[in-house]
Amino acid sequence: MNTTTSSIEGPPTASRWERFRDSYLLYSFKRDLIAQISLLVFVLMVVAAVLAPWLAPMNPYDLAQIDILASELPPFWISGSEDAYVLGTDAQGRDMLSTILYGARVSLIIGFGAVALQAILGVSFGLLAGYLGGRIDAFLMRLADIQLSFSTLMVAIVVGALVKAIFGGATFSAYAVPLLVLIIGLAEWPQYARTVRASVLAEKNKEYVDAARTMGLSSRRIMFRHILPNTLSPIFVISTVQVANAIISEAALSFLGLGMPETHPSLGSLIKSGFDYLQSGSWWITLMPGAVLVLLVLVINLLGDWLRDVLNPRLYKG
Amino acid sequence: MIAFLVKRLFHALLVMFVISVIAFAIQESLGDPIQQMVGQSVPESEREELRERLGLNDPFLVQYLRFAVNAAQLDFGYSYIFNQPTTEVILRHLPATLELVAASTFLIIVLSVPIGVYSAIKPRAWLSRFFMGVSIVGISIPVFLTAIVLIQLFAIGMTWAPFPADTTWGSWLNDLITTEGGMPAYGRGDPLHVFGTWYTNFASLKGLTYLVLPAISLASIMLPLFIRLIRAEMLEVLQSEYVKFARAKGIRLRRIYFLHALKNTMLPVITVGGVQIGTLVAYTILTETVFQWPGMGLMFLNAINRSDIPLIITYLMIVGLIFVITNTLVDLIYGLVNPTVKLTGNPA
Repeated sequence: MNTTTSSIEGPPTASRWERFRDSYLLYSFKRDLIAQISLLVFVLMVVAAVLAPWLAPMNPYDLAQIDILASELPPFWISGSEDAYVLGTDAQGRDMLSTILYGARVSLIIGFGAVALQAILGVSFGLLAGYLGGRIDAFLMRLADIQLSFSTLMVAIVVGALVKAIFGGATFSAYAVPLLVLIIGLAEWPQYARTVRASVLAEKNKEYVDAARTMGLSSRRIMFRHILPNTLSPIFVISTVQVANAIISEAALSFLGLGMPETHPSLGSLIKSGFDYLQSGSWWITLMPGAVLVLLVLVINLLGDWLRDVLNPRLYKG
Repeated sequence: MIAFLVKRLFHALLVMFVISVIAFAIQESLGDPIQQMVGQSVPESEREELRERLGLNDPFLVQYLRFAVNAAQLDFGYSYIFNQPTTEVILRHLPATLELVAASTFLIIVLSVPIGVYSAIKPRAWLSRFFMGVSIVGISIPVFLTAIVLIQLFAIGMTWAPFPADTTWGSWLNDLITTEGGMPAYGRGDPLHVFGTWYTNFASLKGLTYLVLPAISLASIMLPLFIRLIRAEMLEVLQSEYVKFARAKGIRLRRIYFLHALKNTMLPVITVGGVQIGTLVAYTILTETVFQWPGMGLMFLNAINRSDIPLIITYLMIVGLIFVITNTLVDLIYGLVNPTVKLTGNPA
């Protein structure tokens, strides 16, 4: 099978690297300063978060390293700070820089994990609905409509509350990362499903699909090997926005106390734990992780904007 | 029109049915009413008798039907926290949330339409670019963080003044953000009684000050979205044939923009707006939590934290009802204002 397809391919095609080098994507990236800065900041933040155990001055999960006497110290530019804690400390005496690095790590893991889950669910459902049509299509899209009309955040909050009630607070805290990935993934799959379905509907009447069908290929093979590659650009575009959304959703859930526990904080639970000390004047405990969260989400959104302008897919509106 | 109405009504009922099944399933799996009602010393035989008398041993379907009949009469039982019928509790908290949503919606409409239209008419002006830049930053700030920043700036007050003090605007801004307790940030103050369970913040200037920060926070999350949407739609409309024709006829630009173009711009805005009302309700949970605003969102969070199952279920059912009603209304309005929409749905 493979040998026949490669023999009719004809002239040798350019290598992957050459195609990338000559692509419009790279060309427009070189000309867009905002996209370059955003990518740089994003990569720096991801690297810093991944390397947190080696970069951070102390391990915020290790109770032995925490000095409760050094609590609520301000960052370096305000008098009363200590040199050991560049960005100050929180109410438990944890170094802010370290907790932010570890927190960004947790936020990114949950953000990417949730988007991977959404993409798997949404792409599969979207392909099924668009390609098979009929009752499956009607059922899945009605489900997506209902879920979207409730707004993804509302669904995530309700599901989060239920999961927490079923498992109990302690178990929920122990398995918070996979549970949050599950909750946010389940809440936001309709976005993918609708986008993919719209592209599949446009693709499925094209000749190459007819050709594949006449060759007797299975529906599954046609869906995943033939149609899916042609729907990738809208998937890429919404993926960036969805990562930003997932990170915000995680932060919102954590802020409501339905997310990461304070002992293993994400950026959202850092903001929540700092909020209680706002009145006592220690604004940095809550606003410092907040600023990092906004920066992270902002650069992802800017990259998403740029990607949408370049790839310009016909995104499903509404 | 009648066919469309019936179809939409059927759809709305279907959604409410699904919500009620979910709510019932939650009640079944999480709340054991016997445990809530009797003490630990009550023997198993008495519990079983009580279970039988309350109909808890009936088949699932019978129990669900009983639940549905009660739900249709807005009877969801008693809240554990308040020890009152849950519908009463919700009704007491509803006005606060509605006033907050109303104030934010007002801000969103008043700001998004002119800004969106302006940045579509003059896409290259620096002010338009500024608005677009601000709006993408705005999308990236979670609503609770906006709320915290507002509290820090206008309620607690900063300890350092970042603006130049020697200029008038600088010292004015410095005064604004360094004054302690400038704006009330927690609760509703003393709202005036209107009737029933409705207390309002709109009746006095003092009451309105309590609304300012929460309403701005809640509006901040939707505003960028609407500005970008209105701008995109308006740009598209301005490219259309009929706008070019109107311009060629020599109709005044202002008339073209605000009479001809704006009308067609607002069509998609209505649909998106309807869907976003749902999102707005979700965001009230966050906003009310930060500002301790005594509305339904804060009540819902308290109910979750204290496992008040009847109250959680009632909230879900009533919020579900609000969503279904707004979505149905939006579809109807869209069909009415846009004659090109085939109301019965087109066979695609």
